[in-house]
Amino acid sequence: MPAVYSLYIINKSGGLIYHKDYGSAGRMDTNDSLRLASLWHSMHAISQQLSPVAGCTGIELLEADTFDLHCFQSLTGTKFFVVAAPGTQNMESLLKHIYELYTDYVLKNPFYEMEMPIRCELFDINLTQAIQNDRFALLGR
Amino acid sequence: MIGVGKTKQYANVLDRPISKGKQEVSLSAFAFLFSELVQYNQTQVDNIAELERRLEDAGYAVGARVLELLCHREKGNRRETRLLGILSFVHSTVWKVLFGKVADSLEKGTEHEDEYMISEKELLVNRFISVPKDMGTFNCGAFVAGIVRGVLDGAGFPAVVTAHFVPVDGQQRPRTTILIKFAEEVLVREARLG
Repeated sequence: MPAVYSLYIINKSGGLIYHKDYGSAGRMDTNDSLRLASLWHSMHAISQQLSPVAGCTGIELLEADTFDLHCFQSLTGTKFFVVAAPGTQNMESLLKHIYELYTDYVLKNPFYEMEMPIRCELFDINLTQAIQNDRFALLGR
Repeated sequence: MIGVGKTKQYANVLDRPISKGKQEVSLSAFAFLFSELVQYNQTQVDNIAELERRLEDAGYAVGARVLELLCHREKGNRRETRLLGILSFVHSTVWKVLFGKVADSLEKGTEHEDEYMISEKELLVNRFISVPKDMGTFNCGAFVAGIVRGVLDGAGFPAVVTAHFVPVDGQQRPRTTILIKFAEEVLVREARLG
């Protein structure tokens, strides 16, 4: 069973720019994915305001009965989040790695337009590899 | 280099030998700069062939300078005059200085006498670039093709140089082949030299 259910990347205004499902659990249609993306963007922003802790950067982990949602926000406001099986470890480092792939294969690609949906072959290839490696790493433990 | 082995003191800074300098630059910095170069040229053209030509011209200027520099630095101001000599100069010396490694392969075209190919599994300039489907066979390696053309032209071997993606069996990514087609006069001269 795959540990990571799906991956989302949203731009700084809350638009979904990348979405990929792994395995059949938690699949949604395109409209629902877009809705989830903008909902998460707003919740993330509100949580920063509501937090009693000073200097809060927003929700990093949402734990539910059937899934965990891990979120990573880059300095420019692009958010990466994965939906994973409850209790899945090492998601922070996976998100950091995905961010690294994004900076390499998306931002250094002259044919990518900022804040637009990501359509880069190399990003897809390397991402698939990263998710696969992560899965093997989990099995090995 | 002059004065190697003994520590020689130079009173005047101008008397010191020119150091080779740091040999490597940041790949990220290069990738961003190259990306900007492509983006800028994209705004200046209205078709893909034109974009390819502009990238090639940008490379040509680099090639002309690289030839000058390397003939001075590596070859003691001598320049290759034979076809195979200049090709292996491009394949090894030029490639090593520009990309830190020799090119993966240098082959002679099977169909035409005047065609040579330099192939690279993953060309450095294409490391982070995914060409969108609607741009067809466009390859940013046109810049490298321009460099090769600049070197060859400067050395007196005029040629038409183009970059192509070539699919490889069992590989997800195609490799890039730099196709060199020499001008007729080059082959005539080569034949005369024996």
